[in-house]
Amino acid sequence: MRLRTQELSKTYDKKFPALDNLNLDLNMNGIFSIIGRNGAGKTTLVRILSTELLPTSGKGFLNDMDVVDDAEEVRQYIAVVPQEARPLPWLTPLQTVSSYLMWRGYSYRESKEKAKEALRELGLEGKEGQKSRKLSGGQKRKLMVATVISSEAPVVFLDEPTTGLDYISRKELWQLLSRMKKDRLIILTTHYLEEAETLGDQIMILDKGKLVDIGGIDDLRSKVRLPYVLKVYSQNFKIEEEGVQVQKISDRETFVYGSASKIYGIIPYLVTNKMKFTVEEASLSNIFEQYLGTGEDEKSDEEESW
Amino acid sequence: MRKVMKRKVGSQIVASILVNSIYAMINYPVVLINTLLAPLAILAVVTFASKGTLLPVAAVGALIMNMVSSGTSLQQDLSHLKNDMRLQDMIVSSPTSSLVYVIGMAISEIVYSIPTIAFLIILNVIFVKVTLIGGVVLFLDMATIFTFSISLGFFLSTFTSDIIQSWGFSGILSPLLTTIPPVYYPITYIPFPYRYLAYLSPTTYASEIAQSQTGFYNLSASGFAIAWIVLLGITAALTFLALRRSRWREI
Repeated sequence: MRLRTQELSKTYDKKFPALDNLNLDLNMNGIFSIIGRNGAGKTTLVRILSTELLPTSGKGFLNDMDVVDDAEEVRQYIAVVPQEARPLPWLTPLQTVSSYLMWRGYSYRESKEKAKEALRELGLEGKEGQKSRKLSGGQKRKLMVATVISSEAPVVFLDEPTTGLDYISRKELWQLLSRMKKDRLIILTTHYLEEAETLGDQIMILDKGKLVDIGGIDDLRSKVRLPYVLKVYSQNFKIEEEGVQVQKISDRETFVYGSASKIYGIIPYLVTNKMKFTVEEASLSNIFEQYLGTGEDEKSDEEESW
Repeated sequence: MRKVMKRKVGSQIVASILVNSIYAMINYPVVLINTLLAPLAILAVVTFASKGTLLPVAAVGALIMNMVSSGTSLQQDLSHLKNDMRLQDMIVSSPTSSLVYVIGMAISEIVYSIPTIAFLIILNVIFVKVTLIGGVVLFLDMATIFTFSISLGFFLSTFTSDIIQSWGFSGILSPLLTTIPPVYYPITYIPFPYRYLAYLSPTTYASEIAQSQTGFYNLSASGFAIAWIVLLGITAALTFLALRRSRWREI
């Protein structure tokens, strides 16, 4: 699946730039995670590519189809779960999924069969006939994902599908997304960096509507200045070393970020002083902070929710 | 690339009908009382206040109100599905076109009103004397005012940003189109110069046409033609506006 943008821009009300000349060329199947602070332009990008929103300028393409000029054609291949989408409370999960499939053009009988299959796959069997308002938050989210999975659309947009879910529910959805990513392109926006790291075959960092970087987690890690983390568990550990970044987690725990040579240069001191430690690769959270800073001046959600 | 769409417009229309009326009625039967109550309440008041003389006029008027209510309900339903549930975004990004979606939702409003319409038709058959041609004219009149209200409802719904705004629109439209204009009573009851104001509402023309067929208003041939021209003109203009200027895809 090829996803391209050419100088794609979106400005709301002629004064709020949400996307700024975004150029992107992606040819993949699997999960494409989009991360960024609030107001980075994630939702705007998803809404333009999924033909819900018109760009101010520039182009977006799914394979060779223009998302503006060929929107009707594009819509045959895509399925979307928007941010904050919820199942209608008066419908049962079976009615929710089967109705969506009928809107996609499936017959009544086909849609019922496919809906049952999707609900079973998502672990919602036994809940098919229960009103959606009685489902838990996690089940409602799963149900929304079930609607798009059942459509067999080769391109699926999921805009923050796990926001507000507890850790266990989130992990259940991760397992599901990992299973369904075969033969599909799933475009996933998320604020959970662990989620983007775990699921994303490719990860894109957006900031103020601009592309900061894109690549697999190893690619991104290889580009940052501090790709390793040394975690030291000792009250007596103190360090004055240039070219590393030290983060005091607690009295007994200190993290040191640095290059491989810097980190391995510290290890003999730790061994000599019998201090416990581990060395890990920087997580996406560490990488994200190195790209964008720690986020003291975070934007409001307002621009994202236009 | 795998193409998954199997475009069946019939299925897409039925989906809207199922979601917006059949499933709602099955899962929440109380909504049926709601749809039945509004036109019948005014019908009852007008009938009692006129000591029964205006029952036939009010029975036809209740049908007109029902058609207009379909549009205001559509406006609220579409706004709710768009702004609160984000369902419309899912539909926009699906093979269902705006026209097919609205046709399905419009029919769903009629399906929702079937008990009310059935009751009103029985009432009309009993109390309203109308010729066969008159019956056809009444049917076309109702169909036109229904198209008008549906177009208006869809047009407004695409501009609403939340349900409170949508309620506001309905609160304005309902009295301006059905309670105040001569829908439940003959236009001759309105003294001049206020009668001219009544002609600002398309429902006045629909009522004139209906009342002329039921013998409650003497409309000349030219008046009859003018009423149709205005009603069809407004409906066509609004339908065009709804199809061309509504914000199905956001800007």
